Amino acid sequence: MNDHPILEMRHIGQVFPGVVALDDVRFDLRAGEVHVLLGENGAGKSTLVKILSGAYPRSSGQILLDGVEVRIETPRRAQELGIAVIYQELNLVPSLTAAENIFLGREPRRRTGLIDQQRLVADAQALLDELNAGIDGRRRVQELSVAQQQMVEVARALSLNARILIMDEPTSALTGQEIAELFALIRRLTKRGVAVIYISHRMEEIFEIGERVTVLRDGKYIETRQIAGTSREELVRLMVNRELKEHFPKVRVDPGAEALRVEHLCRRGALEDISFTLRRGEVVGIAGLLGSGRTELARALFGADPIDSGRIFVGGKPVKIGTPRDAIRQGIGYLTEDRKSQGLVLNLSVRANICLPSLHNFSRLGWVRRAQEGAAASDFVEKLRIRTPGLGQQVRFLSGGNQQKVVMSKWLCSESKILLFDEPTRGIDVGAKVEIYQLMNKLAADGAAILMISSELAEIIGMSDRVLVMCRGRIAGELSAAAATQQNILNLALGGN
Amino acid sequence: MRAKSLFLQHGRQFGTLIVLILLSAALWALSPHFMSLSNWLNIAQQTAINAIIAAGMTFVIISAGIDLSVGSILALSGVVMAGALQAGVPVPLAILLCLAVGSLCGSANGLLIARGKLPPFIATLGMMSVARGAALIFSDGRPVSGFTPGFRAIANGEFLAIPVPVWIMAAVYLLAHLVLNRTTLGRYTYAIGGNEEATLLSGVNVRRYKTLVYSLAGLLSGLAAVLLTARLNSAQPIAGINYELDAIAATVIGGTSLLGGEGHILGTLIGAFIMGVLRNGLNLLGVSSFVQQTVIGAVIIIAVLLDMAMKKRRS
Repeated sequence: MNDHPILEMRHIGQVFPGVVALDDVRFDLRAGEVHVLLGENGAGKSTLVKILSGAYPRSSGQILLDGVEVRIETPRRAQELGIAVIYQELNLVPSLTAAENIFLGREPRRRTGLIDQQRLVADAQALLDELNAGIDGRRRVQELSVAQQQMVEVARALSLNARILIMDEPTSALTGQEIAELFALIRRLTKRGVAVIYISHRMEEIFEIGERVTVLRDGKYIETRQIAGTSREELVRLMVNRELKEHFPKVRVDPGAEALRVEHLCRRGALEDISFTLRRGEVVGIAGLLGSGRTELARALFGADPIDSGRIFVGGKPVKIGTPRDAIRQGIGYLTEDRKSQGLVLNLSVRANICLPSLHNFSRLGWVRRAQEGAAASDFVEKLRIRTPGLGQQVRFLSGGNQQKVVMSKWLCSESKILLFDEPTRGIDVGAKVEIYQLMNKLAADGAAILMISSELAEIIGMSDRVLVMCRGRIAGELSAAAATQQNILNLALGGN
Repeated sequence: MRAKSLFLQHGRQFGTLIVLILLSAALWALSPHFMSLSNWLNIAQQTAINAIIAAGMTFVIISAGIDLSVGSILALSGVVMAGALQAGVPVPLAILLCLAVGSLCGSANGLLIARGKLPPFIATLGMMSVARGAALIFSDGRPVSGFTPGFRAIANGEFLAIPVPVWIMAAVYLLAHLVLNRTTLGRYTYAIGGNEEATLLSGVNVRRYKTLVYSLAGLLSGLAAVLLTARLNSAQPIAGINYELDAIAATVIGGTSLLGGEGHILGTLIGAFIMGVLRNGLNLLGVSSFVQQTVIGAVIIIAVLLDMAMKKRRS
């Protein structure tokens, strides 16, 4: 095998407003190898891949292809350079055929300018057959399985003469048999000299398919190793080994009566046999990788998604929660993962947003009592120290931290006693984070029960009384505060034993 | 501070108001008769029907929907009321019937959209044809004409020297303004249009309020049918064609965003007046109706372009 790298990335940096996503990262790739990119959520893998595929043109550092420096300013440029990405969410047009998707935007034409359909189908079929895909190119993409759709994406990449193929969690939606087929395909591709950058959390896959692995952590380069010479434990250690830099002002409260109990909750394709108890005064952290079912659990508890089976008890009594309204009546509040698309009505005022779930408390016969409403809202603005020029300010103009406090106020104003916090500090600066942690302390001390979903392990460890770790829709294990180390959590989250 | 926030809140209406004033000044310069009190009362009377329908349309559009069926609903509720009147039903009862038919059609729209999850465009496009057909069936395709002076007074009567339809329009706008700004229905209308998902996750019964919004639009179409029938002394199954477009135009000129979540009812009133003033002025100037159509279309486009430009500058 040729040891000369076809791709070299040096001193790569990427800064987003307020966040350093990548700092002095390097990466290289040889022809015909599968190079695994490994790291926790937010370690910078996706950012690196996006720089390589032209999605973030304003990164710093150098990219060399075959020893020549290139600038990748657009996805189109990346395509011309032979770099193709197979994303987690496939980028195909479902209503078009496999063949039409493969040549989308580059359809072969006749002299008349019309599309040469016969050549299109024939060329596409040739590509698919070369991959041993077993797909009829005339079938519509929506009729194909996820694995087959992936094959179509790969065929499309090959039709563009891709030499570097980036696969971001390609197996997340595949069955065991399909994974085996995908790996066979990857091996055929590497034999032809195609180099693959492979992103996955699944350790067993990494050891099966990868040759080298590069570990990123907190946006920094950690190490590159031969996979043959390393072990799973060592990789986990490289991924998480860091001191807890942030300060977590956790105050422990003696847990009180049972607030929420869930028994054998199932939602097909998302949640399997979830059971746990949440007590008043407790903060229970829910850890897990992206797609492990954490948000699905919160949505099911809040009545935003239907459940197939299982029982929910609030304060010891069985309850039926079919809609968010039912959940709110039971005193449950849900701080969503994405506050802009689900938590706030951005063009409404601070006051209107705070009082949205509880407006009925401030109105009679449909008539809003503005004085009462304003008093309640201004009370929370004061208590939570929401920095806004006034109650009438549209929330779109507030900072992320203040927006998040508005969402919290919504649920405090509706007197929720069971709070589902999904990524409560995402996209918030450090100062506001601490304020939100202090608020959680205060709520717990006042008898609220908090379920906190977070992708930040440090936050989970720093703020939880107990930790539930989810993996593929199940609770993979429960850890006490003492046992909740990064290593233990990650082991469970990665599906270890 | 307060004055400033007042301006920010109402800045867009000020913009449309300026358009209305400039337009009136230009027409005044071209035709001195334009600025007479009698002409303005005339404009107000002619604007009333579009303005009333547009008030309902404003609710619908703020909720991020659209209602194409308002003109057909007007025709259907008009002929039903006319039939009742001719059958000897007392005027107040016939009017209630008219409003009920309008509301029912609107509720049907609302249920199709909120429960059936149909896109508003499709649901109301269907209702547009269904109601029109029903109006033609009910009336056998013929106008129903000839009513008592008492009924006709709704359109040609006066109170304190101001025509009754103008009073009705004023009452509708006052109420609509209060509902939109002071009630839960109004608040949820903005919230649904601004972010339906977040509103649902805040426990608001989104289906119910969406249904109510379309019912309200239907109710106001029924009210417009009363005025139109009284004015023409005739209910026509082909009445109200293209009224939905006028109502949408008035709403959009008034600064309500077709994306939903934003808009003000008084802006819509100004929008309706801009269209009314334009029609009246062009008539006074003897401009042919063909040219009028073109000019009004151009004004709609220009008004919205201006509004978008202003909005961009503010943000």
